[in-house]
Amino acid sequence: MSRSPRAATLRDAVGLGVAVGLYGTAFGAAAAAAGLSPLQALTMSLLMFTGASQFALVGVLGAGGGAVAAVAGALLLGTRNTVYGVRLLPLLRPRGAWRRMATAHWVIDETTALAVSAPERALARLAFTAGGATIFTLWNATTLVGALGAAALGTTARAALDAVVPAAFLALLWPRLQPGFPEAAAQRRVALGGAVVALALTPFVPAGVQVVAAVVAVALAGRPRRAAAAAEEAA
Amino acid sequence: MSSGALWAVVLAGGVGCYLLKLAGLSVPAAWVQRPWVTRVVEFVPAALLGALVAVQAATSAHHLVADGRLVGLAVAALALALRAPFIVVLVLAGAAGALVAVLTG
Repeated sequence: MSRSPRAATLRDAVGLGVAVGLYGTAFGAAAAAAGLSPLQALTMSLLMFTGASQFALVGVLGAGGGAVAAVAGALLLGTRNTVYGVRLLPLLRPRGAWRRMATAHWVIDETTALAVSAPERALARLAFTAGGATIFTLWNATTLVGALGAAALGTTARAALDAVVPAAFLALLWPRLQPGFPEAAAQRRVALGGAVVALALTPFVPAGVQVVAAVVAVALAGRPRRAAAAAEEAA
Repeated sequence: MSSGALWAVVLAGGVGCYLLKLAGLSVPAAWVQRPWVTRVVEFVPAALLGALVAVQAATSAHHLVADGRLVGLAVAALALALRAPFIVVLVLAGAAGALVAVLTG
């Protein structure tokens, strides 16, 4: 396998972008089912552009939830992207207010995972931009397709899409669990902890909230040891 | 809900989520460079991806469910262990999910 890191980064970014971008069809269909017009569904994908929050919003509306609950669900899941921004800032270093505002729009799960997984800073920017552009383009196009043809997507095609999404997240997680990754054993414990807490909370909290709660719970559980390790580094 | 109210929800949610993203890129560098911040954030992706894998593969609304998504996930794990390319992993998982849907349909 002799491929340049740049080509590999680009291929992974576009590959993930295509897989995730196509899932916009499911969002468009869900939005239509919740009573949004195709234009409203497309506006969400253009303006909000963060899948989990979009699904949360239409999910609450579809379940009969009110405006405040729908927006609150979307914002709660959107706080994830604030944490990502903090992580991405030293990698991407956008210069000037306009570039910062443009970069912010593409700060989502997938672009963050792509950027932090890249072996060096230049490749992190490439992965972020290529993944962001691919996802943004396809996510919006397929949102419109899904909203216009909600009923046209067969159950088999939907089952395939449903299976691709967790596989894509696993593929992103995988390298962090391998022996070569820094502190792979701790990464494995953290990943398993996140999964267990999220599953345990699923029956009891609003849909989508368990993901954020799992991240917070794992962060709190690891905090004393991390503080000690940080103190050692500083010493 | 009226069309006007739906537009209000769509726009409020969209602008709010964008401002949350912008906030992350706008905090002072000194705040970001604190050791405990970088330390915590170093592990957020693993916790988040672990939670997302579990929730996307094994839940539906408030229930734990086992369907084609779990089969797809197992196939994906096997493909990853065999070092299959990313896109192949996704195609195999999708095919497995579709197959289970057809067989159990």
